[in-house]
Amino acid sequence: MTATAPAPSPRAVQPFLRLRGVRKSYPGVVALAGLDLEVGSGEVIGLVGENGAGKSTLMNILGGVIAPDRGTIEVDGAPRAALTVGQSIGAGIAFVHQELNLFDNLDVAANVFIGREPRRYGLLNLVDTRRQRQAVAPLLKRLGANFGPDVPVRRLSLAQQQIVEIAKALSYDARLIILDEPTSSLPLRETEKLLEVIGSLKADGIATIFISHRLHEIERACDRVVVLRDGQLAGRLERSEITYQKLVRLMIGRDLKVVYTAPGAPRGEVVLSARAIRTAAYPHHPVDLDLHRGEILGLAGLVGSGRSELARALFGIDPIYGGSVVLGGAPLAITSTRSATGRGIFLVPENRKEAGILLDMSIAQNITLPNLEAYARGGIVLPAAEARRAEKSKADLDIRAPGVAARTGALSGGNQQKVALAKWLAMNPRVIILDEPTRGIDVGAKFEIYRLMRGLADAGVAVLMISSDMEEVIGVSDRIAVMHEGRISGMLDRDRFSEENVLMLAVGYGIDNAGATA
Amino acid sequence: MTKKDLGLLILILVVGLGVYLVNPLFLSPNNLANTANLIALFGLFSIAQGFVIITGGIDLSVGSMIALLGVLFVDMVGRLGVPWPLAAAIVMGIGLLLGLAHGLLIARLHIQPFVVTLCGLLIYRGASRGYTADATAGFPFGTTYPGLDFFVARPWGIPTSVFVLAVVAVIAWIVLHRSVFGRYLFAVGKNEEAARFSGIRTGAVIIAAYTICAGLTAIAAIFFAMYTRSVSPSSHANFYELYAIAAAVLGGFSLRGGEGSIVGVILGTILLQVLQNLVNLLGIPSSLNFAVMGTVILVGVLVDQQWGSFRERRRIREAARTANGVAD
Repeated sequence: MTATAPAPSPRAVQPFLRLRGVRKSYPGVVALAGLDLEVGSGEVIGLVGENGAGKSTLMNILGGVIAPDRGTIEVDGAPRAALTVGQSIGAGIAFVHQELNLFDNLDVAANVFIGREPRRYGLLNLVDTRRQRQAVAPLLKRLGANFGPDVPVRRLSLAQQQIVEIAKALSYDARLIILDEPTSSLPLRETEKLLEVIGSLKADGIATIFISHRLHEIERACDRVVVLRDGQLAGRLERSEITYQKLVRLMIGRDLKVVYTAPGAPRGEVVLSARAIRTAAYPHHPVDLDLHRGEILGLAGLVGSGRSELARALFGIDPIYGGSVVLGGAPLAITSTRSATGRGIFLVPENRKEAGILLDMSIAQNITLPNLEAYARGGIVLPAAEARRAEKSKADLDIRAPGVAARTGALSGGNQQKVALAKWLAMNPRVIILDEPTRGIDVGAKFEIYRLMRGLADAGVAVLMISSDMEEVIGVSDRIAVMHEGRISGMLDRDRFSEENVLMLAVGYGIDNAGATA
Repeated sequence: MTKKDLGLLILILVVGLGVYLVNPLFLSPNNLANTANLIALFGLFSIAQGFVIITGGIDLSVGSMIALLGVLFVDMVGRLGVPWPLAAAIVMGIGLLLGLAHGLLIARLHIQPFVVTLCGLLIYRGASRGYTADATAGFPFGTTYPGLDFFVARPWGIPTSVFVLAVVAVIAWIVLHRSVFGRYLFAVGKNEEAARFSGIRTGAVIIAAYTICAGLTAIAAIFFAMYTRSVSPSSHANFYELYAIAAAVLGGFSLRGGEGSIVGVILGTILLQVLQNLVNLLGIPSSLNFAVMGTVILVGVLVDQQWGSFRERRRIREAARTANGVAD
C-alpha cells in the first residue's frame, strides 16, 4: 500500500466474519471445541472434515439455528454471543444446502422471491410476476446462467438449480454464501460451471465457504482450506500447499474409542458372492463383492458413493440391472424382498423410522412381521406364539421396554434399532446387511449393537456393515471395502486399517501399496 | 370392542331412544326388520370399503358397480333366463375381475386409487346405463322365482341379508383382526415402505384388498337387485360409495390407512341407517337426508379428534409434572 492511498477504513481491514473460541457441546459430545475462524470479504474458503468433525454444527451456528455455549461471532466487527436466524440473513449469510430447497412446480423467479413476492392490485393481492422476473433476470445474468427467470425449476439441471439458489442468496444481498457439498452429485462439466460462478462471486467481493471432498475443485476455487477435526481447527492450508496427503493427514488422528473384538474363529467360506452387480445409482459401474461366513465386512465411503443402493439391490428393494448373485454356491435371482428374505438375506435399513420398523405397531408385531406364517396356524396368528418369540428376542437383545405389546415408536432409538435387528435374528440369517446401524442412537446402545454384530458373525452369519462413522468402521470391521462413485475402490485387511487409507480410497485417490486392490 | 366403538354404540342407543320417544313406530317389528335389512345391505359393502381403506386406499366405484352388477343379474335371470345360481356366480366373477383390475392398476402401474376408482365410478355407471339403453331392468311381470325368494325371505322375522352380513362380518373380523393377511393389511396401511422392508409383498396385499372389496360389493349388488326388484341404472345405488366411506370414518377408520375395525364399520353403518330412519320417522323432509348425515359425521369426527388431542395434551402435562416432581 502506498502513502498516497487513502487510509483504509476499519471495515476494509477487519474480516467480514470472525469466530473466536466458539464452543458447542451436547450431552456426551463436544461438537465444536473452541473454534477460531476468519472469513474475509471475497475470500473463498474450502472446509473439509470427516462426519462428526463439527461441520454441520458450524453451519447451524452461522445460520442462527443453534447458539454456541461460549465464544463470540463477529460480523463486520460487531461481536455477538450468538446469531438469530434473522440476524444471520440480515448480515448476508446464505446457504446452499446439499438437498436443494426449491419448488419444482414454480418458475425460477418465483423460487427466488418465495415468501416475499412483489404484489399488485391492492386488495386482490396478486403476485406481480412481471416485476418478479425483471428483478431476477439481472441476477441470473450476473451468474452467467443460460436460462431465463420464467423457466420452471423442474426443467433445470442440478447445477442450474444450484445457480437458482445462489441467485436467491444474491437477492438477499448475501455477503457470504456457504455451499454444502455442491459438486458431490454434479457431472464434471456442470462442476466447472459452478466453479466459474464462485469465481465471479469472489470478484464481487462475496465470500464463499465451500464444503467439498474433491481436491482439484478445492485447489481451483479456494484461497485456503480449513480442516476441522473433533470440533477443532486441525489446520489450514494455503492454495499452493494443498495436496491429498496433507488434507487427509489433517482430517485424521481422532481418538478411536471403539475397541476391536476379534472374531471367535477365522473367517469361513464365501456365503454370498455378487459379480458385476449394477444398481440404479451407478448403472455404468459394476460391483463385485464377496461376503464370508463369520466375518464383519465394513463398507465405507462418502455419502452418495452407492453403498446403500448396493444394499437395497441385494435385498430386492431396487432392481438389479445386471450381474449375478451366488448364495451358498447356488445362483440366486433377487427379484423381490421375498426372494432375499426367503433365502436368509436381510437388511436393516439406514432410515429406521421410515423403513426399519413400523412405529405404530407393537414390538411383538414388528419382530414377527417378516415371518408371521411361523407364528400362525391355518393363516390365523397365534398371539401366544408371537408373544413367546418377542419375549425371547426382548431378553436376548436386552430390548428395554415396558412389554412386548408396547408401541415401538415409544422406544428410544437404540431399542428401536434392536427391534429392527430382532425381526431378522428370529429367522436364521445367513447374510445381514446393516446400513448405518448406530446412527442416532446413544453410546451405550451403540456398543450393544457392536456386540450383537460380533455375536452374529461368530454364529456363522456374514455381516455387511455400511457406516460413515470412521471410528465404527475401523473399530468393528474385520475387513473394510471402500466405495467411491459406485465402484469398490479398495479392500483393506486389518493390518492396513487406518483412517488415512479409508479416506484416500473414499475420495477415489487410491493408495499405493500392495495391500489394497482396486 | 374399543372405547371408540363403545362411544359409537352409546350414541346409536341414545339416538334410537330419542327417535322411539318421539315416534314409537321406530321399534315396531316391521320397521326394525326393514332397518336391519338396510343395515345388512349397506354393511356388506361398507366392510368391503373397509378392506381398501385400511391399506390407505379408497374405492369410489362401489355404487356404480352395484348398479352394473345389479343390471346384469336382473337381466340374466329375468330376460335371458339364466338359472339364478349361475347368474350369481357370473356376477361374482365379474366383480372379482373388476376388483383385480383396480388392484393391478394401483399396485403395479402405480395410478392413484382415487383416480382408478373414480374412472371405475364413471365407466360402470355409463356401462350399466348403456346396457339397458337407460331403461329399467326388471323381472317380467307376473313371473316368480322360488329360488330367489331366499334373498328377501324373513325367517323368524329376520331378513336373510342379516344372516349373510353376520357370516361375512365374522369372517371379515377374523381375516382383518386375527389372520396373517390382516396383519399385512394393517402393516401396508401404516407404512408401506417399512412393510416392504419386512419382506411383505405389498403389491399383492393391495391387489387382494381391492379384489375382496369388489367381491363383497358383488354380493351386496345381488341383494340390492332383489331388494328393489328392478334396477334403474341411472339412479340405482347412487353415492353408495360415500355411505361406505362415511360408515368407515364414523367407525374409526383413518383415510391415511392402518387404522380401523370391523366392529367399528358395522356400528358406523348402523348409525347412518338409524339416522336415515330418524329423518323418515320424525317427518323431516327427506330432501334434508344428506344434510343430517353430513352434520352428524362432521360433529362425530370433530368430537373424536378434539377428545383425542385433549387427552394427548393432558398426558403430556401429567408426564411433565411427574418429571418435575422427580427432578425436585
